[in-house]
Amino acid sequence: MTHATLTIVWAGIIVFAVAMYVVMDGFDLGIGILFTRFKVGAERDAAMNSIAPVWDGNETWLVMGGGGLMAAFPLAYAVLLPALYAPLTAMLLGLIFRGVAFEFRWRDPGHRARWDAGFCLGSMVATFAQGVTLGAMLQGIKISGRAYAGGYWDWITPFSALTGASLVIGYALLGACWLIWKTSGLVHAEARRLARPLSLGMLAAIAGVSAYTPFLNARYYDTWFTWPGLTASASMPLIVAGIGFALYRRIGQGHDSRPFLLTLSLFALSLLGLAISMWPDLIPGSLSIWDAAAPKSSQIFMLVGACVLMPTILGYTAWSYWVFRGKVADDGYH
Amino acid sequence: MTGTMTALNLARAQFAFTVSFHFIFPSFSIGLASYLAVLEGMWLKTGKPVYDNLYRYWLKIFSIVFAMGVVSGIVMSYQFGTNWSVFSDKAGPIIGPLMAYEVLSAFFLEAGFLGVMLFGIKKVGPKLHFFATCMVAFGTLLSATWILAANSWMQTPAGWTMNESGQFVPGGSWLAIIFNPSFPYRLVHTVIAAFLTTAFAVGAVGARHLLRDRSNAGSRTMFSMAMWMAALIAPVQILAGDAQGLNTQEHQPAKVMAMEGHFLSYTGGAPLVLVGIPDEEHGRMRFDVEIPRLSSLILAHDLNAPLAGLDTVPRSDWPPVAIIFWSFRLMVALGMAMLGLGLFSLLARMCGRLYDWKPLHRCALAMGPAGFVAVIAGWVTTEVGRQPFTIYHLLRTVDSVSPIATPAVTGSLLAFIVVYFAAFVSGAVYILKLMAAPPSSHETAPQAPHP
Repeated sequence: MTHATLTIVWAGIIVFAVAMYVVMDGFDLGIGILFTRFKVGAERDAAMNSIAPVWDGNETWLVMGGGGLMAAFPLAYAVLLPALYAPLTAMLLGLIFRGVAFEFRWRDPGHRARWDAGFCLGSMVATFAQGVTLGAMLQGIKISGRAYAGGYWDWITPFSALTGASLVIGYALLGACWLIWKTSGLVHAEARRLARPLSLGMLAAIAGVSAYTPFLNARYYDTWFTWPGLTASASMPLIVAGIGFALYRRIGQGHDSRPFLLTLSLFALSLLGLAISMWPDLIPGSLSIWDAAAPKSSQIFMLVGACVLMPTILGYTAWSYWVFRGKVADDGYH
Repeated sequence: MTGTMTALNLARAQFAFTVSFHFIFPSFSIGLASYLAVLEGMWLKTGKPVYDNLYRYWLKIFSIVFAMGVVSGIVMSYQFGTNWSVFSDKAGPIIGPLMAYEVLSAFFLEAGFLGVMLFGIKKVGPKLHFFATCMVAFGTLLSATWILAANSWMQTPAGWTMNESGQFVPGGSWLAIIFNPSFPYRLVHTVIAAFLTTAFAVGAVGARHLLRDRSNAGSRTMFSMAMWMAALIAPVQILAGDAQGLNTQEHQPAKVMAMEGHFLSYTGGAPLVLVGIPDEEHGRMRFDVEIPRLSSLILAHDLNAPLAGLDTVPRSDWPPVAIIFWSFRLMVALGMAMLGLGLFSLLARMCGRLYDWKPLHRCALAMGPAGFVAVIAGWVTTEVGRQPFTIYHLLRTVDSVSPIATPAVTGSLLAFIVVYFAAFVSGAVYILKLMAAPPSSHETAPQAPHP
């Protein structure tokens, strides 16, 4: 394979890792966001138990995204992370609170309310920061030479605030749909109630971000409003509206797994739209995947490992989900 | 320039703070995961309930330690980029793949099987559950292997060339990069350190409960197992440390000079400085207590061998001597104390008084944190000893830092300090609470097993 092809393969792997992260940590962050909406006691415990065995594996995809970016596109890593210093720091701090709360709320019933609040707040901060990070990447980053050249506060704009809020809604919806699938009784009913307005919010968020993006810079505009991008611009809203309609109906009734799967497809479409906007750049307008790519020897060395290990990972991750399949029992895992 | 220096020092402080906090957890969880695998294996083999109860007793502690290790570790994987972006750009093609392998081969393995290990025994049965425990333990060891390959490459870089953009890129074989000169020594020394850390923590918990009730079967078993580890592994660790010291002497002589407090060269027979005050400004030791010629014996295996001192190294390449001098002494002193406790326990065992000799139990209790302190002291020695470089002799620390402003790194440093203390100090308190409860004959959490 040529260096150019390998670079595309690696871009695909990073996108896959990010997508896995969004899907998997998305629902457990979403449960965190909604957490204080559930009643203290059995409801909260059931919500927590539905993610306790899997959250750690979910979060590993974030390390894979960050570590993979450094390995496969070191220059992009070196520019993006200083540019996104503040939101990434906020995200990490949020993830710390949320991660330790899983354990601490069981160990310290006297302060359970405090750790529950930390779980909720940490999830919310981490999610908002991830959305802001995405928005800040999309709107562009100043580079000079091989380094970030902008200021400390460049990341905060109305657009990045919009993407931050959108992701909070999106993850909350994923979380609610996960609970519809994995729990029964009161939590299940509450999750259905919460999912309904969230699904409308998600559609509004997709519409808002999609409408805003082409006007961020001329290149996005050209991508979406000239042939062949125009076909996507014309068809995407219809597909999204169709899925949104189905989702809204399935939340009200029917299969417990459907709402989650339909929400996943909305996320997949959003990611596709994002990829269409950005391709082939990692930093819009200034750094393409080929500019930032690691040398061929690094790419090949990692690809050998990835080809063997990624399917293995997916295998035992699937096994772990299979072990904990079905509704969370009332007695819980703890 | 002052602003840049301040930002640099704050970035260094932030890395030192977050990595020191972080490494406490893996150094415990590496050892504890293996210990759990042994306990569960013994239970499956012998069917004795004491192993099953100990397994569940330590599993509760493991789950907290592991969670704190995970979240503090995620911080590390992003800090390379936020504060050390120039380093990441230049060294990414070499360090990045090693860390990617760590994530792919180790982190996912640990995380994937952790859920089953913590909550799954009812669902998968004891054999498969034991397999999950072994996978988690194996994952912790794999993780150590990869991250130590990356760290060792920064200490003793090998197998690289430089491309036209000024990046360090693989020169030929990846094996040369992974098996760089200091890697095998560092791997052995660090993994044994993790086992010893766990052994002394487990031993202290056992000792504490033996002091109250010498008949508790769980306390007796864990204390005996821990003291076997101490007696057998502490001497091995001293040999491994000696081997790593000689390796460092060969590849990073300035670090060893600082460890030894040798500002001046000795033409025949260098003394071993036991204690003293390093005076870096004047390039000499003050108030030093020495044993003649012993350093030459240790480092060159010859009483009369000449040894070069820091006077042969340009000032601009000196590491901070005082920190290294003291952290090294702290580590060695603790290592010797561990050996001492190991021998003490052998004596008690021979006299048949392992479970009722209170002085032994008090010593073991006092030595509980010894492993953690020694591990941190050892890392301070080796990492500060690499200064003023991030990649030894190839990239200076001052040239590695991100283009960040002082207020940015100050703010994040303060935030990290507040959050780490809130989160991890609470975690430590919960762990101590769990340890304060004696192991019972019907441990329940996280879940009662059905053998």
